[in-house]
Amino acid sequence: MESSKVIHAFYNDDEVVLDAVKAVKADGHHVEEVFCPFPVHGLDKAMGLAPTRLAITAFFYGITGLSFAIWMTNYMMIQDWPQDIGGKPNFSWFTNMPAFVPIMFELTVFFAAHLMVITFYMRSRIWPFKEAENPDPRTTDDLFLMEIPVENNEADITALLAKTGAVEINVVDKH
Amino acid sequence: MYQFSGKLKIFSIALIIIGAIGITLSFLNAPSSIEEAKEIIALQASHGDEHGGSHDKVSSEVHHNDVVEEHSNAHGTANEHHDDASHDEHVFHQLQNKPWSAFYVSLIFFLGISVVVLAFYAAQRVAQAGWSIVLFRVMEAITANLVPTAIIMIVIVITAVLHYNHMFPWMAEGVFDKTSPNYDAIVDGKSWWMNVPGWAIRSVIYLLLWNAYRWFIRKNSIKEDTANDNYKTYKLNYNVSVGFIFVFMITETLMAWDWIMGLDPHWFSTLFAWYVLATFLVCALTVIALVTIYLRSKGALPAVNDSHIHDLAKFMFGFSVFWTYLWFAQFMLIWYADIPEETTYFVARFNEYKLPFLAMVGMNFVFPVLLLLNSDFKSMPWFVIIGGVVILAGHYIDVFVMIMPATVGAQWSFGIAEFSSLLFFLGIFIFATFSAFAKANAIPSGNPFLEESEHYHYYNIEHRGEGSGDHH
Repeated sequence: MESSKVIHAFYNDDEVVLDAVKAVKADGHHVEEVFCPFPVHGLDKAMGLAPTRLAITAFFYGITGLSFAIWMTNYMMIQDWPQDIGGKPNFSWFTNMPAFVPIMFELTVFFAAHLMVITFYMRSRIWPFKEAENPDPRTTDDLFLMEIPVENNEADITALLAKTGAVEINVVDKH
Repeated sequence: MYQFSGKLKIFSIALIIIGAIGITLSFLNAPSSIEEAKEIIALQASHGDEHGGSHDKVSSEVHHNDVVEEHSNAHGTANEHHDDASHDEHVFHQLQNKPWSAFYVSLIFFLGISVVVLAFYAAQRVAQAGWSIVLFRVMEAITANLVPTAIIMIVIVITAVLHYNHMFPWMAEGVFDKTSPNYDAIVDGKSWWMNVPGWAIRSVIYLLLWNAYRWFIRKNSIKEDTANDNYKTYKLNYNVSVGFIFVFMITETLMAWDWIMGLDPHWFSTLFAWYVLATFLVCALTVIALVTIYLRSKGALPAVNDSHIHDLAKFMFGFSVFWTYLWFAQFMLIWYADIPEETTYFVARFNEYKLPFLAMVGMNFVFPVLLLLNSDFKSMPWFVIIGGVVILAGHYIDVFVMIMPATVGAQWSFGIAEFSSLLFFLGIFIFATFSAFAKANAIPSGNPFLEESEHYHYYNIEHRGEGSGDHH
């Protein structure tokens, strides 16, 4: 990237940063990233982020788990070795279906939950020994940080940010 | 303030009248003697009706509980023949029960919904819920249906006590009399609980307790609007609601034993009262949602937004799963252990009620779960209406399958009797609900959580005509 400068604007209140994001967006600037110590309701909407599709993936993972459970119980208990165990009917999968429901339920939940969590880790790029990306350690404690890329309009943005109640504005080189 | 429109009033009265005519017809068409019963069965058989045909097959397996022993002997020798005298009498009683049972199913369905709406309302007060205050008047209006249904229930209790109907086999002549051919030692062992005076007195007590709370909370809820007494009235309502939830949980359990499980006096299940509660809980939330959507579409509930609808739909979804959990837990435990005295309950239902028994799982579980899983769908009134109608129909079938196999056995059908009872009680419901809603301010203005409820917002819903700035 040719433009390697970004502005870091610090805020000390979630309501203030939310309004600041709206003001910056309204002025036509791109908000690269907002770092917060805790979730701020409405921030994703203010930034114009697309809604997550994580729930949709979980649904399909759940269906996968259910299919796996049906296949497994059918193969093991009906096809492979249909033993008479305590008089349970094993002529077909359906005649013994109620006994398999707890397994089907648990595997559905297991697949949906674990695969969704792993998807979340992969999409968010989180893993052990991952290098932390926060630009300022204070954003994990009590400060909110808005990052805006600069393209020859440094003075404009700085002036705008000063009006939105930023407590500290730094222009830094990015990497 | 909402005006109960003349159109809707006429519609509800028409439903009541059509229903009453149908109910009267079904009572007139019920056989008054064994000969008439035989004619009806012969007519069914000649029509190739499946119930007439399937009856041979199941009659030797599944029996009206109070006379199992005598019958099994008789059927051992003559079960292919319809001219078996005790069998004819058995069918005669089932056919006589039909109009009563059809009426009873609808009555229990609407009575149960009304009282569980009341319990949910009490729970909202006790939980100090912040979202549902704008729906309080809707819930109160629905519980107005408790009064007529409770009165009709008392009439049914009286007719049962006076032996006008034979839905409860343990009330039959001689069941507790050792010298009688009808003597039933198992039921006699339960006579400390299952006796007519006890049953009738308990029934009246449940109805009185529920109605007493409804009368009190409705009066004091309206008083709240103008009380301005430093929330003294509000706190009183809170305390009484705590008491009602306690009373409700006990009376609901006993009610399920007395009014529904008592129809199968040989059978028992620990889970049953919870299961009945789950059935009515889903219906209660669905009815609240449907009435809310209707009233909002008429502009009577300006403070209700899509987030409230979303929450109601979420409850419909959650309690549908809860119902399925209890239904399956009860079924699977009995299926798995397969103890004969418990299994007969499901054998009768699976053999003779296969379609409703299986259809209800699709209607009460699969359909609502798939439809209401999506968060966006839950805030769209049309999806909630579609889901709600299927849920209500499914739970009517649920109550049907709880009651009918015990009273009419294989002689069931869904005809004039069943349908007109449904219309009759629907008419009463509409009349009671909307005339009650028109009688009070639609916004419970004295409630301390009203402000919060009016601004209630579920995070991922974009309300029509609202911006995110309205929710600070």
